[in-house]
Amino acid sequence: MAYSEKLLDHYDNPRNIGSFDKTEGDVGTGLVGAPACGDVMKLQIKVGPDGKIADAKFKTFGCGSAIASSSLATEWVKGKTLDEAEKIKNTEIAQHLSLPPVKIHCSVLAEDAIKAAIKDFRTKNEPKSASGDKAAE
Amino acid sequence: MNSMNNSSPILENRPKLPVYLDYQATTPCDPRVVQAMLPYFTEKFGNPHSRNHSYGWESEEAVEKARAQIAALIGADEKEIIFTSGATESNNLAIKGVAHFQKDRKNHIITVVTEHKCVLDSCRHLELEGFKVTYLPVKQDGLLDLEVLKAAITDQTAIVSVMAVNNEIGVIQPIAEIGAICRERGVVFHTDAAQAAGKIPLDVNAMKIDLMSISGHKIYGPKGIGALYVRRKPRVRMEAMIHGGGQERGFRSGTLPTPLCVGLGEACAIAQKEMGSEAERLKSLRDRLFSGLKAKLPDIYLNGDLDQRIPGNLNISFAYVEGEGLMMGIKELAVSSGSACTSASLEPSYVLRALGVEEELAHTSLRLGLGRFSTEQDVDYAIEHIVQAVARLREMSPLWEMAQEGIDIKSIEWAEH
Repeated sequence: MAYSEKLLDHYDNPRNIGSFDKTEGDVGTGLVGAPACGDVMKLQIKVGPDGKIADAKFKTFGCGSAIASSSLATEWVKGKTLDEAEKIKNTEIAQHLSLPPVKIHCSVLAEDAIKAAIKDFRTKNEPKSASGDKAAE
Repeated sequence: MNSMNNSSPILENRPKLPVYLDYQATTPCDPRVVQAMLPYFTEKFGNPHSRNHSYGWESEEAVEKARAQIAALIGADEKEIIFTSGATESNNLAIKGVAHFQKDRKNHIITVVTEHKCVLDSCRHLELEGFKVTYLPVKQDGLLDLEVLKAAITDQTAIVSVMAVNNEIGVIQPIAEIGAICRERGVVFHTDAAQAAGKIPLDVNAMKIDLMSISGHKIYGPKGIGALYVRRKPRVRMEAMIHGGGQERGFRSGTLPTPLCVGLGEACAIAQKEMGSEAERLKSLRDRLFSGLKAKLPDIYLNGDLDQRIPGNLNISFAYVEGEGLMMGIKELAVSSGSACTSASLEPSYVLRALGVEEELAHTSLRLGLGRFSTEQDVDYAIEHIVQAVARLREMSPLWEMAQEGIDIKSIEWAEH
């Protein structure tokens, strides 16, 4: 299977690998996929005081397309507001990396990871409700 | 002639890239095999079935010599060897041929879940025709439990088909014991020996084998040729699949491809002569590879029994690193992933699943195959590159991170997708 140059570049030089402390208040963590299915993505966002995503990190267990999709997702969310980041579509990721049809699910997973990270951040930063804080997973 | 011969001393320790570590998928033709074949493409082109001139006679002589070479490798009589297009056809012919011949008396077939797809698919096809098929499980080491086999045989069982060596994990089934059980119960015993012939000693009489499939391209012979051993005493009855001029004792019509037959014969003769020393050399290379990886990487697991295994095979799970992603990181190595039976499939290997390897670990497996032209440099190069790639991918694996933090991956509720 021939992969696109952009995909190979993200696989060989993944951007933003790493982790933030998920207990920090300004960090949102999304963990999606399942080991039994061969893909797990962890995507984290760090939100600045201006409400924009100041930084993002990821770790991925999966094929090259999964690694590239999550790497690209971290690049794209940076500098966006949560509402903007939420609008990133898997089809855009798939198109940018020229994912082959059997690998489209990798881009779906990356979109899910972004949404999960945003949801986690919002849940954490909700005006204090009765039940208090909930862990990421 | 010499312009391309770049033998700079600096490059001497660098193997030819990508390093070929996929000898269970196919093998290159041994140059001696090619030499033996060449005349039969051009000046000795006769139809081996032509009875009226010397072109036919010399081709026939060559084909019969090849038949004898194949027979000698497995302790058979040359009259018991049928040429086919490969092990897939041999397996189809053996299983369907016996089943169809016996269909009025017996309608039960026994095979094993870890068999090659062409055996399993032939059985599925027979199920559609009304045959009953029992797919026996294997133990955690990949080997068949003989008591389970004994219990599965009924008076309706027409044929038992168990592969001699598994193509993914290289384990060697207890063929002689299976043969004895089948003979005692009056059941035809077929073995797919595509990965075994020429690699381990086989003797159809000592092992009480009735039918045996052989592949050319797995033993440094050409692609497109194989053989089926069909026992004459006691006689194995089969229905043919390909009808025509009645060649090959009526079991397989069609003009024999003389050069390919010669190539398979020569490959068998070489294998018979060199099997012992080759096995020893491959075993030491394999041990070097396995211990080299184990020394530098924690959490790697061998799939399938280590001792009951052909010398040239390793199948290893590299925990926390997905197999396809890993293969992309070792482009310099030609290997096969245990995580997907085809690159289009996202299912983990059914063979590994049958061993009870958990899905998440099955997704992290590579098959590393060594063979006649593998060298120590190849092995050392492979160790270096696999270790590098696994270490890099573990650094970016959320599962590895959790494992390091002491989090049990099984305690997490994953959303299966």
